[in-house]
Order: sequence, then C-alpha cells, then structure tokens
Amino acid sequence: MNFVIPSFAPAMPEMVLLALASFILVADTFWSKRYQFATYYATQISLVVVGFLILASFTTEQVFTFNDSFVRDSFADILKLFTLIVSLGIFLFSREYLLQHKFYSGEFFVLGLFGILGMFVMISANNFIVLYMGLEIMSLAMYAMIALRRNSGTAVEAGMKYFVLGALATGMLLYGFSMIYGATGTITFPEMAQVINSGKADGIVLAFGVVFVVIGLAFKLGAVPFHMWMPDVYHGSPTAVTLYLGTAPKLAGFAMVYRLLYEAMPGLVEDWQSLLIAISILSMGVGAIAAIAQDNLKRMLAYSGIGHVGFMLMGVLAATADGFSAAMFYVIIYAITGVAGFGMIVALSKAGNEFDRIVDFKGLNARNPWLALMMLITLFSMAGIPPFIGFWAKILVIEEVVKAGFTWLAVYAVITAVISAFYYLRVVKSMYFDKPEDSAPIEAITPALNWGVSLTAIVLLLLGLLPSTIIDLAYLSI
Amino acid sequence: MIALSDYLIFGAVLFMISMAGIFLNRKNVIVLLMAIELLLLAVNTNLVAFSHYLNDVTGQIFVFFIMTVAAAEAAIGLAIIVLVFRNRKSINVDDLGSLKG
Repeated sequence: MNFVIPSFAPAMPEMVLLALASFILVADTFWSKRYQFATYYATQISLVVVGFLILASFTTEQVFTFNDSFVRDSFADILKLFTLIVSLGIFLFSREYLLQHKFYSGEFFVLGLFGILGMFVMISANNFIVLYMGLEIMSLAMYAMIALRRNSGTAVEAGMKYFVLGALATGMLLYGFSMIYGATGTITFPEMAQVINSGKADGIVLAFGVVFVVIGLAFKLGAVPFHMWMPDVYHGSPTAVTLYLGTAPKLAGFAMVYRLLYEAMPGLVEDWQSLLIAISILSMGVGAIAAIAQDNLKRMLAYSGIGHVGFMLMGVLAATADGFSAAMFYVIIYAITGVAGFGMIVALSKAGNEFDRIVDFKGLNARNPWLALMMLITLFSMAGIPPFIGFWAKILVIEEVVKAGFTWLAVYAVITAVISAFYYLRVVKSMYFDKPEDSAPIEAITPALNWGVSLTAIVLLLLGLLPSTIIDLAYLSI
Repeated sequence: MIALSDYLIFGAVLFMISMAGIFLNRKNVIVLLMAIELLLLAVNTNLVAFSHYLNDVTGQIFVFFIMTVAAAEAAIGLAIIVLVFRNRKSINVDDLGSLKG
C-alpha cells in the first residue's frame, strides 16, 4: 500500500488553533498564579492570529485534503471568520462576568478555544467521521463550561440536562449516519451525493437515515419538537456561558446542516424538505407564543432563539443555493445579535444580582439612558424592525422561501414575527415607561463592557443601514 | 447464516431499549449514562454489520472513533454527576427539576 502524505496547508488554521489551545492549557497552570489575565490575553491573541491565517490563505475554490475528509472553501472561511469575530466579543464579555461572579479561571478560556476548534472542524468537515469528531470536540467543551461554576446548583443541573440531551442528539445523528452509510457505502459527502443521484442506493434505508439525521440536527439546533433543553440550559448556565452557547455554535450548527443536506443529500430533497417544513412551522409558533409567558430574560431569549432557528430553517428548506445563502446570512446576524443581547445582561449583572429578570430592566432609561438605548437597538433588531440588520435577515429568508413556492409559509412567518415583536416591545416598554424599583443610577460593571455592548449594538444599526457587504459575502460563498 | 437484517433488527432493539431508558427512567442519572452508552452501541452494531456486508472497512474505522469519543463522553458525564451529587446530595432524575418557567 502506498501512503501519500496529505497536504496540510488547507487545515493550517485548525492546526495552529489546536497547537495554541494545547499550549495555553499547559501554560495556564503556570501563569494563573502570577499573572491573572495572561490566559485571557493569550486566548484573544490566538483568535486574532488564526483569523489572520485564514485571511492570508483565503480561497474561493474548493480544496480537499486528508483523503477528501476535509474541505476548505469560501463558505468555510467566511463562517470561520465570523465565528472568530463573535468569539472575540464572547471572551471580552466573559472575563468581566467571571471576575464579577468570582469564578474566574483560565479553564473557561481554554475550553472555549477547544470549543471553537470543534466548530472549525465541523465547518470544514467533508465526511461523517470528521463531522462527528468536530461536533463532539465542541459539545464536550460546552458540557464542561456549563458545569464550570461548581457550587451553583442550577448551573450543574443545566450541565446535566445539556449533557444527556446532547448525547441523545448525537446518538440519533449517528444512527442516521450508520443507515446512510449502509445504503450508499460511502461516508464522503460528494461521493454520497453521486451515489444517491445515481439511484443505486436503497430508498427505504436512505429515508430512514434522513429522518434520524434531521431529528439529530433539530436537537442540536434547538428546533421544536426537540427544543425542551434550550430554555432550561440557557436559564441555568452562568450568563457568560449562555452567551457562548447561544451564539458561536449556531454558526457551526448551520454549517452542519449545509454540509449534510446540501452537499451530501441534495438528491433526497423530498424527504428532508417536508420534515423541515413541519419543524420550521412548529419552531416559529412555539418561539413566538411561549416567550410571552417568560419573566426571565435569558429564558425569553432562549424561546426567541427557537423562533430564529425556525426562521433560519425556512431558508434551508427552500433547498436552493440562494436559500442557503439567505439562511447563512440569517444565522450570522443572529449570532451577532445574540452577543449584543446576552452581552447586555452580562454588562449589568453585579455579584449577587444576575440582572436576568425582565423586572430588573424596569425603568432602565431613568437609570442609564445610553444602555437602555443600546438594549432597544438590540431588541428591535431581534424583532426585525427596520432599519436594523435583523430586518434584512428576515426579509431575505422570506424572499427565498417565496421564490421556492411556499408563499403560505412566508405569510405564516410574518405573522409569527409580529407576535414575537410583542414580547420584545414589552421589555422596551418596561425599560422606558415603568417606574424602576431601585432608582439609583446603574453603570456597566466595567468601562470595557460599556464600550463592548455599545459597539455591538451600533454595529447592528450600521449593518442595517449598509447591509450589502455581508449579504454579498453570504451569497458569494454558496 | 445470519443475514444483515438480523443485525439491523438487533441494532434497532438496542436503540429502542436505550430510548426507553432515557425517557422512562425517573430514578437514577447513572442509568441515563448507561442508556446513552447503549445508544452508541446500537450505532456500532449497525456500522459493523454494514461494513461487513459492503466489504468496506470504513464502517469499522468509524466504530473506533465512536468508542473513543464515548469514553471521553462518559468521563465528562460522570464528572457532572459527581457535581450534581455534591450540590443536591442525590442523583435522582426527579430532583433535577428546579429549572422551570
């Protein structure tokens, strides 16, 4: 047998990230005694270094390596860059939160880096094994991050729930993988697409496999009816971890959907499209209605996230390249908006008060008008009110789903968007028109957080005024 | 001679048992961990059976990866269970219901 040394160059960002993360893991044990923030700065610098590596070797063509198990294309590069940008914000906010709540430790950042490595591997996966490994690298890091606050009963409980349901989702996904492997005889995505199109594979086994794969994906994304874990996990986790869970992994989750459904199984559109229509309808409905009853902002944002996943899946179920581009744009915007939303909770949470109940936001305008304005921008963007960027995300997805011939679905989506505007506006109302319980002025816990939150919210506004760059990026990459 | 379908039925039965273990179990968190392990074994059975039937070694390689990751997963799961026990002095599934809304 000949062994050909594979080309390592396309996977260079991943390899450098792995090396840096492993180095920081070891170095942290020495640093943490003398230099408290060395791990934090090293983490941020690694993200920037990896970002420059990706930019320096940006490709618009598809490059396969490691025996076709790994792919590098503009889709992967753009999603990875956005993962890095979002992660920079996450770590910036997290440090202040961890300090404020007295469980600052270097492990948080190391686990975060490994999680990002997992996302990168998922985004670039070109066969089942690599996709599975990426998914597990990401999930295992996140299980540990949720339970990092060891003495908090709710955090540990959320960790347990996320662990059990995450493992269940992975099991479902793997069961689907095994069926599809059995039917097609290959685990590489492009080859699989060929076998399926040639009609040689057994249709019943394939359909069986697709059902399990879609269920597994829905579990991971938190779409109804597999969403039960989302509110509990978002609520129970420390807010810094919720910020991580609710943003960057969504990008990787979308990459997983794209690789599996668009690259590997375009021949099975009829099978997965109808499933996704049902999942999308249910997600948008539950996301809009269940969120109204919440009094905890993190729980409310979890339900709003479920609704957003439903919206994003509309682009996917259009099953066209443009549909996937619209969904990609949606998920990028959702991640950035998530950073602003959860970042605001982080910015205001003092030790002893998580500031995650809607009651806490009562009269915020009287206590700190600037932060109230930033929160208003974030919530309006989530609700999809122009001129904020969330509006463009929604309109593109709706456009694609209409083009694909599902006008009734678009009408339904707009109705759910209107219903969900109600609970966003309720928070705005309590910020601006309710009397605060404690009228003392309130500041973000550090100036850095004040700047961070303001910057993210202003980005939402500016992108909304000039959306074409990101839209072009999303449309060019697929 | 054992046919491929026999293995697949065996895999499906293991899958069902583990689903029942996860959703019907109201007592112990460790049983959940065992059920998850069983779920992965169902997948492994499927993969090995297909791999033998297709005369293609990829499925067996996949099984190695799944087994390795399952070990890491069990380690994290048990660590979380230890934390749950420290906080709640119990590892009953019913006691894990404080997050509601």
